Order: sequence, then C-alpha cells, then structure tokens
Amino acid sequence: MSAVGQSASRAAQPILPRGLIKTKNRHHTRRITNLAMLGMTAAFTLFAAIPLIWVTVYTVMTGAKYINVEFFTELPASVLQGGGGVSNAIAGTIIITLIAMTISIPLGILAAYYVAEKPNTRLGLVVRFATDVLAGVPSIIIGLFAYGILVKPLGTFSALAGGVAISIIMLPTIVRSTEEMLKLVPRALREGSLALGAPDWRTSLVVLLPAALAGVVTGIMLAIARGVGETAPLLFTILGNDHYSVRQIVQSGVESGMTPIQILRELVLSPTDALTLTMYRYSQDPFPERVQQAWAIALVVMVFVLGVNILTRALTARRLAGRS
Amino acid sequence: MMQMQAKLDTIPAALSVAPASIVKMQAEKLSVYYGAFRAIAEVTLPIHDRHITAIIGPSGCGKSTLLRAFNRMHDLIPNARVEGKLTLDGEPLYGPGIDVVDVRRRIGMVFQRPNPFPKSIYDNLAYGPRLYGVNKKATLDDLVEKSLRGAALWDEVRDKLHQSALALSGGQQQRLCIARALTVEPEVVLMDEPCSALDPVATIKIEDLMRELRNNYTIVIVTHNMQQAARVSDYTAMMMMRPDRAGEMIEFDLTRTIFTNPQDKRTEDYVTGRFG
Ligand SMILES: Nc1ncnc2c1ncn2[C@@H]1O[C@H](COP(=O)(O)OP(=O)(O)OP(=O)(O)O)[C@@H](O)[C@H]1O
Ligand SMILES: [Mg+2]
Repeated sequence: MSAVGQSASRAAQPILPRGLIKTKNRHHTRRITNLAMLGMTAAFTLFAAIPLIWVTVYTVMTGAKYINVEFFTELPASVLQGGGGVSNAIAGTIIITLIAMTISIPLGILAAYYVAEKPNTRLGLVVRFATDVLAGVPSIIIGLFAYGILVKPLGTFSALAGGVAISIIMLPTIVRSTEEMLKLVPRALREGSLALGAPDWRTSLVVLLPAALAGVVTGIMLAIARGVGETAPLLFTILGNDHYSVRQIVQSGVESGMTPIQILRELVLSPTDALTLTMYRYSQDPFPERVQQAWAIALVVMVFVLGVNILTRALTARRLAGRS
Repeated sequence: MMQMQAKLDTIPAALSVAPASIVKMQAEKLSVYYGAFRAIAEVTLPIHDRHITAIIGPSGCGKSTLLRAFNRMHDLIPNARVEGKLTLDGEPLYGPGIDVVDVRRRIGMVFQRPNPFPKSIYDNLAYGPRLYGVNKKATLDDLVEKSLRGAALWDEVRDKLHQSALALSGGQQQRLCIARALTVEPEVVLMDEPCSALDPVATIKIEDLMRELRNNYTIVIVTHNMQQAARVSDYTAMMMMRPDRAGEMIEFDLTRTIFTNPQDKRTEDYVTGRFG
C-alpha cells in the first residue's frame, strides 16, 4: 500500500524543474554556445560565398575593360590587325539556343505531361528514369553523341548539331520543372474540365498548362541559362566559324535567289561559333588581345546567366507572394 | 425560420404531381469498386425528371462515389470499376459504344469546392460551348449571358466578364461553376455538396437557384445538411455503410416522407441527428 503511494507521489513529481530558471551560470553557457554556433555558421556561409564573389568581381574587373560596341557588332579581326569583335559567336549562340529551344521545349513539356499524368505506367517510369540519368550525363558525352548522329552522317559541323546537343542538356531541367508545376495544379480543375466532356488533351492544353505556365516558363529560362553556358557539347559539333553572320548568309541567299527555306537550311547547317567556345579558344591564344577578349566574353556570358537567374527568382517570388 | 417554413409549405404542391413524373435516370444494382474494395453495393435508385433528388448519409458511405458513377467520372480513376446498370432516358450509360463525352455533356457536374478555371469569367463559360465547336462570338455571347442569368449571376458580373474568375467571392465562384455546367445545356446536373464551402447567405442563394433550375433540369444533390435536403429536394435517398464498409441505399422516398415518417429506424436516427 505504502509502496504504491510512494511511487504515485514520485510520479507526480515534475521531471523538469518548475518555475523560471534563474541560475546565472546556465544562462551564460547557453548564450556563449549560441554565439559560437552563430559565428561558425556565418563563417562557413561566407566561405561558401567567397568563390562566387571572387569569380564575379574578378571577371567584371578584367572583362569590363575590353567591352565596347565593336565587340558586339564586328566579326573577329586578324590578330595582327587587332580590334574586331565576336558577333559571329553571339549570332551562333542565339541560333544554337533557338534550335535547342525548338526541340527541347515541346519535347520536354510533353514528356513532363506524360510523367505527371501517368507516373506509374511503364513508359512513365522509363521517361522519368531517363531524364534523371540524362541530367547526370557529362555534357561532353552528349557532344560526342551529337557528333555521331549528326556531324558524321551530314558530313559537316553545324549549328543544328550544336543545337541538338544543347537541347539534350536543357531537356531534364524543363521536364522536371514542368512536371512539378503540373502536379501542383489542383485535381479539381482537371475534373471541372473533364466533367464538361472535354477530352484529356484539351484539358491539359487549355486548363492545366496555363495554370502551370509561370512555373514552366521559369524552368525554361533556367534551362536556357544552362544551355548558353555550356562549352563541351559544342566542341565536336559546331567547329567554330569566324565568319558566321546571319546578315551575310541571308543577304547572299537572297541575292542568289534562294527560297526562305533554303536560307534557313544554310543558317542551320553551316558550321557556326558560340560565345563559350570562342572564349575557350581565345583563352589559350598566345596573343594577349585574344585573352582579353576571352575575359570580355566571360563577362557577357556571366551577366546573362546571372541576369536570367535573378529574373527567374524575382518571378518565382512574385508568384509565391501572389498565391499566399 | 418563417421563410424556411414557407418554403417547406411549397413542397407538397410540387410533390402532388411527383408520383406521375417521368424517371430520367435509373440505377439498378449499381456497384462501384476501387480495386478490390467495394465502395457501393447494388444501389437501385430512380432519378425523377425535373425534380431534385437528395442523397444523404454519414461520411464515407459512398455518396460521392454514387454521384460520380452517374456521369462516368470513375472512368478517370485507373482501378475503379462499375457494375450493374445505369440508364438515362432508358439508354444504358455504361453500354458498349456509348461516348463518354456525350454522357458528360448531358449530365453536368458541380463540385464541392468551386473550381473555376484560372481564366476570365467569359472564357470559363465559353469553354464548354467551344468544346462542341461553337466559336461564333455572337452565339457565345448569348450563351454566356443566358447561363449567367440562369445561375442568377448576370447582374453581379455583367461589367467584369473579362476579369479573372478567381477574383469572385466563393459563392459567386460556385454560381459561376453552376453557370459553366449549364453552358453545354445538360439535362441532369449533379451537385456534390455544392454549399459546403460557402457561408449561409451564399448557401441560400444557391438553394434558391436550385429551385429555379428545377423547372428545366433534373438535379441530384449530395448534402450533409439535413435542413438543406429538407428545404430543396423532392426525393431523398438515404445511404449507409454496411459492416464490410460497402455503402448501400437503405431508403428512398419522397423527401417529406423521409423526414416525417421514415420506414427505417436508421434513417429516422440520422435525419433527427441522433446518429453517431
Ligand atoms: N479514388 C478512390 N480510391 C479508393 N477508394 C476511394 C476513392 N474514393 C473514395 N474511396 C473510398 O470509397 C468510400 C466512399 O467514399 P465517398 O467519397 O464516396 O464517400 P462520401 O459518402 O462521399 O463521404 P463524404 O460524406 O465524406 O464526402 C470511402 O471508404 C473512401 O475511402
Ligand atoms: Mg463525398
């Protein structure tokens, strides 16, 4: 009887001390630990940010000096003559990116749609696995692949081969982000459309995609930023072309009476150049002016990639703010 | 309270013609399975033309499942399966060669939560007609206005047809969804707890609207609100879960009878709030 009473009274004892803890000592230790941890996390954060800041500052300081109007508008001049620009590479990068977008956006959205709608079918699983794997394949291998399927059979390096390689780089990003966005669209919206008798494809096109659009665009922008920054897939695919000029190709095409389709073919099937590839070549050039131009290109590419990322962030932030 | 009493009083007049009314839809031994689980078992239920039928019963007894079988929404769920017979004007809806698009056009649906598309009010309403190839602006304008008037929403939104439907209040959104269902000129409108996300004022508006629609449409409504069932419906079907968790229909009758003189003790307990 008394044993029971004892254990009951023991159980009634609070395990943690009651009331405010006044021990000065404990208060102190906790504060010091807190400060130390805070200091440490701050230090590591700074440490992690150092490379980014360093790269940015260094590139801006070195590259900005060599940027001028000519740099954007002129074709490369001979090293002996000096001056000139990289308009060929700018045009090439734009054409390659456009080709890559033409391929990867529709393909990526369709694949994402399939994966989001039918995640547990065999094809759904395969597509999902394939995109995951693709995201991890070294980009140089993708360049080799494009070389194998396009450059060799066509017998020429081309913007097309580069565009195809870059589209493969862009694909996983587009698929993933689109899939995530489609999954966020409430089921009720789908049902609302289907209950009106709409077929699946129409529901997706007219109701789901617009609802997910902002997120899909974000994914596409990030994919473009990624694609523009790639060099390795272009090494074996576009060759490099100091004379690539959209204006010239179009002009001479029109003069020799080519149809628009033929001109387009010419644009797409010529060897071309790209900013990153030019940067890579110039950086190894013995002439100092080339190296300087490489820095200028680095700055342009960096500003573009950073700009797209910041813009995407801003858009995402606004969307999230709008939603809550 | 006075108002409600008045409304209850109008029911018998309507019901005096009810027994002679036509059966619009008929479920016979209708069962729905989700995989191996039987959610409803052998439900036999007539839906009378241009009347309101309420489906009531405790949560999880399969009311939504039954309702969604009526316009073949289960076709969308990979492992769902429907057995038994269901007819619309005597035609079997699950028969071979029946186009599900046609079924859903003739039998519209309004959901528990308003689900307007993230588009303008106008585009929400034009969506259905466009599906069926109506693209002429004048025709669409007419349909939009007609359905908005039909859903008692026209006066509130006539000046903002091209603004986002998401800017409307919850009650307005739900009436928009009803209007949207009406744009394809269905014969039957199914409503799954259409007022459960709305405040009392918006609820009354929807109920008034239902009574209005009853002149031209056959309505089936699932509700947890006993007063609502009593206020708006002509017939009531009472569902219950069996011990094996399959839902069955235990009683079907004129709403008046269900609420004043039910045959089944469980119905009486449920409608008087003594259940669970
Ligand atoms: N898609 C589904 N897959 C598997 N089981 C389901 C599915 N939908 C419903 N069920 C099950 O079927 C049974 C009936 O569900 P239903 O939604 O029809 O009930 P309800 O009467 O509408 O309930 P409530 O009043 O809560 O809305 C429940 O046991 C539920 O878990
Ligand atoms: Mg339900």
